[in-house]
Amino acid sequence: MTLAEAATAATYDNRAAFADELIERARADERVVAVCNDSVGSSNLVAFRQEFPDRLINVGIAEQNMVGVGAGLAAAGLIPFVCAAGPFLTGRALEQVKADVVYSAHNVILCGMSPGMAYGELGPTHHSVEDLSWLRALPGLDIVVPADRHQTRQAVRQAAADPRPTYIRVGRYKVPDVTAPGDRLERGRFQLAREGADVTLIGAGTLVSRTLAAADLLAADGIEARVLNAAYIAPLDVEAIRAAAQTGAIVTAEEANISGGLGAAVALTVAAQGGGPVVRTLGLSDFAPTGSTDMLLEYFGLTAPAIAAAAREALAV
Amino acid sequence: MLVTDSQQVSAWRVVRDVVETGSPAERAAVLAEQSRLIRRSVLAMIGRAQAGHIGGDFSVTDVLATLYFGVLRIDPARPDAPVRDRFILSKGHCAASLYSTLAFSGYFDPAALDTFMGPHSPLNGHPNRVKVPGVETNTGPLGHGLPVAVGEALGARLLGHDSRVFVVCGDGEMQEGSNWEALMSAAHYRLANLTLVIDRNRLQQGDRTEETNALDPLADKLAAFGWEVREVDGHDHTALLAAFAPAAGTRPVAVIANTIKGRGVSFIEDRVEWHHKVPSPDQIALALKELA
Repeated sequence: MTLAEAATAATYDNRAAFADELIERARADERVVAVCNDSVGSSNLVAFRQEFPDRLINVGIAEQNMVGVGAGLAAAGLIPFVCAAGPFLTGRALEQVKADVVYSAHNVILCGMSPGMAYGELGPTHHSVEDLSWLRALPGLDIVVPADRHQTRQAVRQAAADPRPTYIRVGRYKVPDVTAPGDRLERGRFQLAREGADVTLIGAGTLVSRTLAAADLLAADGIEARVLNAAYIAPLDVEAIRAAAQTGAIVTAEEANISGGLGAAVALTVAAQGGGPVVRTLGLSDFAPTGSTDMLLEYFGLTAPAIAAAAREALAV
Repeated sequence: MLVTDSQQVSAWRVVRDVVETGSPAERAAVLAEQSRLIRRSVLAMIGRAQAGHIGGDFSVTDVLATLYFGVLRIDPARPDAPVRDRFILSKGHCAASLYSTLAFSGYFDPAALDTFMGPHSPLNGHPNRVKVPGVETNTGPLGHGLPVAVGEALGARLLGHDSRVFVVCGDGEMQEGSNWEALMSAAHYRLANLTLVIDRNRLQQGDRTEETNALDPLADKLAAFGWEVREVDGHDHTALLAAFAPAAGTRPVAVIANTIKGRGVSFIEDRVEWHHKVPSPDQIALALKELA
């Protein structure tokens, strides 16, 4: 995706794809249920509720109970999609996620709605930028960060069919398509979005289209950037990271705190094998000031020009 | 890997038959005997491991014996049968008592109890469903079992199963906010298939509950939250059997089981220091004599 394309491309709120696919899964399998915390609207569950009123469990504003109930539903034999705004699902109910879902190995699909800084001006209480750090510390939890509506649909479909607990970031901030509907979302794999050998850009979620545009900027300078779409943060695609370490530098970009998300995972992998290139991790390192999502992405250097600049710096060119 | 012990399952069935078909006196006698065996087992486990939570283990023993040998519709030979009653020990630190009950019910060979808290033992200090057949969900942090039980009760209803779900919380544990979220939820969904048992021994780790963060009037609070409340002597097996009868109406049932922490051993009873103190070999010998 070039910068010009990015400027004019149609963009989509991934929650719509999430809601459509969830309804399809519920039609196909009567064990599929949804659980939410008074978030029927913000989790896009209105149509689900209309079609399956008994299978939408709204526990009210009670996230700890919500996640525990999800674990119990899974224990009973159902396939619960537990939906709530990311910060409250992963922050308020973190111990329930750890003990009741992941450690107990219950088949719960945790859906972190409107993640990253999608809530812009509402501020850091409503930003879900710590979720990847917190959840990556839980062994056995799949973490999926779909980059567009197609990957969101596939993430939902795969999670419904897989008995493992899964966390899916369901984006609200509108993004362009970066994959085709037929592209396979492979568990534990980064998707190769653009080939290149000079430098590797690894983006997650909202940052994938921006890293693609950054690669376009770099190409104008004669730098060929490989772009990886890190739709799965866990399990981690160690093989792709090791291959990326053969290029001149690695730049990661995510709408998350850099203390433990994708960038930290990539840097750890590269450092562990030794002799790797410079790894620059772009993301948040502070609570956000007041501003729109667009403004905040720019503030934290999560734009195509800033990603390209980081790559040039890392390559020391 | 722990697997069903068929010999033990047969023994469990014999006791179960007496509870189901015997006279009230016979019923009380066999349940009391199971409780005695569980307490002796807990003593041995804690003595061997040099760790555990003896006070709470002993206060909840009679509740566990009554449920497993008299109430739960389970088949220890088929722990994963899709339709079954469910039990969650939310006060997971009393794992020794639960493990003993599960082993004596035939979920696994009681010989495994010797490994309690040993290196790589499946019998961790808190129950793990992946490692121990019969455990429905992992517990340990307090305030987790009741929300999960609400989910299981809702799930059973959605699937059209007539399963009942039982969960035991410690009384101190009722200070956790997550429990009150779940109490509201269970009443809202009219989960008559859910029974919460509160092990009301009036002691928590550091002090009496009423000196720490008072729970009383607990029955009134539960009733105000929309529950059918029953209050019993938590060491009277006959009273417990009656209290575990299905809900009278559409409300979930809360059984306040008034218990004595450390029940069964005179020098351990109702003493705050015995929350997780380990008895010396002499004390174990003395305790075993009282439980002879």
